[in-house]
Amino acid sequence: MENSKEKILQIKDLKKHFSIDRKTVLKAVDGITFDIHKGETFGLVGESGCGKSTAGRTILGLYEATEGEVIFKDKSVHDKKSKKDLKQLNQNMQMIFQDPYASLNPRMTVLDIISEGLDIHGLVKDKTERVNRVNELLEIVGLNREHRNRYPHEFSGGQRQRIGIARALAVNPEFIVADEPISALDVSIQAQVVNLLKELQEERNLTYLFIAHDLSMVRHISDRVGVMYLGNMAEIATSEALYEDPLHPYTQILLSAVPVPDPELERTRQRIEVKGELPSPIDPPSGCVFRTRCPFATDICSEEKPAFKERKPGHFVACHMHDDRYKDKFTQN
Amino acid sequence: MKKLLEVNNLSISFHTYGGEVQAVRDVNFDLHEGETLAIVGESGSGKSVTVQSIMRLLSMPPGEFKSGSILMNGEDIVHKTEKEMENIRGQEMGMIFQDPMTSLNPTMKVGRQITEGLIKHQNMSKEEAKERGLELLRLVGIPNPERRINQYPHEYSGGMRQRAVIAIALSCDPKILIADEPTTALDVTIQAQILELLRDIQSKRKTGIVLITHDLGVVANAADRVAVMYGGKIVETGTVDEIFYQPKHPYTWGLLGSMPKVDDAKGDLQSIPGSPPDLKDPPKGCPFAARCPHAMKVCDQHMPDYIESSSTQKTACWLLDERAPKVAPPENIFAGGDK
Repeated sequence: MENSKEKILQIKDLKKHFSIDRKTVLKAVDGITFDIHKGETFGLVGESGCGKSTAGRTILGLYEATEGEVIFKDKSVHDKKSKKDLKQLNQNMQMIFQDPYASLNPRMTVLDIISEGLDIHGLVKDKTERVNRVNELLEIVGLNREHRNRYPHEFSGGQRQRIGIARALAVNPEFIVADEPISALDVSIQAQVVNLLKELQEERNLTYLFIAHDLSMVRHISDRVGVMYLGNMAEIATSEALYEDPLHPYTQILLSAVPVPDPELERTRQRIEVKGELPSPIDPPSGCVFRTRCPFATDICSEEKPAFKERKPGHFVACHMHDDRYKDKFTQN
Repeated sequence: MKKLLEVNNLSISFHTYGGEVQAVRDVNFDLHEGETLAIVGESGSGKSVTVQSIMRLLSMPPGEFKSGSILMNGEDIVHKTEKEMENIRGQEMGMIFQDPMTSLNPTMKVGRQITEGLIKHQNMSKEEAKERGLELLRLVGIPNPERRINQYPHEYSGGMRQRAVIAIALSCDPKILIADEPTTALDVTIQAQILELLRDIQSKRKTGIVLITHDLGVVANAADRVAVMYGGKIVETGTVDEIFYQPKHPYTWGLLGSMPKVDDAKGDLQSIPGSPPDLKDPPKGCPFAARCPHAMKVCDQHMPDYIESSSTQKTACWLLDERAPKVAPPENIFAGGDK
């Protein structure tokens, strides 16, 4: 992916705040900036409540942005636009959901589920073309064409996720947000779905935003990975750099907490303890949002919010420890 | 070490409109003091049914004990009455469930949920039970227990709730702790804390833990021994090192292969094609035969016997028969390589 760095998406200081009542605001996403390149898989990780799903949905335009903008191929996602432009945008950006049980209408046949997008966007002329297209899609995702007349309850979790993928592919999108597409599935089925997503990407030059909390799977599928904490982006790097040389203390803690399937390694591995509880996004800490739980935090961390800067080529991090101005404040590093 | 639990030839079926589902078929295992036995397998492999039957939590009917025995301290508990079971649950064994929100009563203060068992089983007075409740909350690492004991579950975070569930399970000092996917619903940093907590309690009290999980990372982290279940049967069992470094069953190979590795290239994950068998009409032979890349004629017809490759490792696979061709496990299944 290194040579084709055409930006398909630019996310600029994106914020999404939800009003809880007249006085309180929940800052689910609080200013994230990054690009997604054409044909790559961008992994977005973080613990529950960090805002990764909200980020994904706001990027697609499913939520209005509070501030900032998302530019998809030179067009802003959130600007007012004509119905025709909006339709075109929606056709190019699709989503695969986490729960394959809840995201398929139980009263619709697979044929109707998959072809809903085809009908809305007028991509098929008549019934035969519609059926043919659905047959083709079912086969692409590894299902049987006879499955088209069945209802979702007749399928297993892995098969349902394949239907969800077929639905997303139906309108020939360029960009797909996959929000925890495999976390509801068994390990051996997860591998099937991940392999399918990768194959489809190679064939169709798709771009993915892959949201997940399973760090080892994200590493496997992603070209670049972003780590979110409490509505902020902590670090972005290529997946190798992030896993080999994590710069942000939160990324280090997160990686050290993942148990690896190797008993020998598990017995000897040192974990970095994280202290305290996740603060509320309604009242986030001043300065660096991670400082209340960070083992290295000093006074500067509560006074100034660290800038999200490129500290190594292609490796962005928001942490004062990597700021030359504050080098003397962090002695043990 | 003392044997706490012995499960012999356990078979359990469910009677449904579609027919009899043979969820657990001829399962054998035991658990010793101070050890953790992990049961791994896909959903529908029978792992949860197995442990729920140990707790006698399955409703019968639709469930039915077809055969076998569950010996606890040498005593069979399969045919105990509900009254007798009430004394065993909590006292002798505690259970931690997957979802801490649904296993706590939302309308009851956490304190009362912890002390309930103490008052019932250990004849404690309310005051004594509360003292003990505070101790337990401290033990599981809940800060500020004096305030927390009077709160409702919704005021706790996910990790806290699971700690409260563990405190309840531990309240009467059970010898056996059954943990059904205790960390699946939690974030990784919380998961690490809970696993550490379980290890800590185990070393203090010599608790025997049965851990059900599908996460092989958790298994590597927490287990002493592993039983791999597939299609209602245990297909392989051994120490954690044997299962990870010398696995003998093709299903175990498949499980290990479908985990992404630390140092792997961006190649395809090894997936297991197909889906698990329908236990309404389980295959006559090996349940994995239909998905097994090495399946032979005999595999469809006859269930293989367990073959011991060490005093601790047993595998039910025809490939280990001396007449079978030698098949080496795929190379890419071993975690981390030689790192």
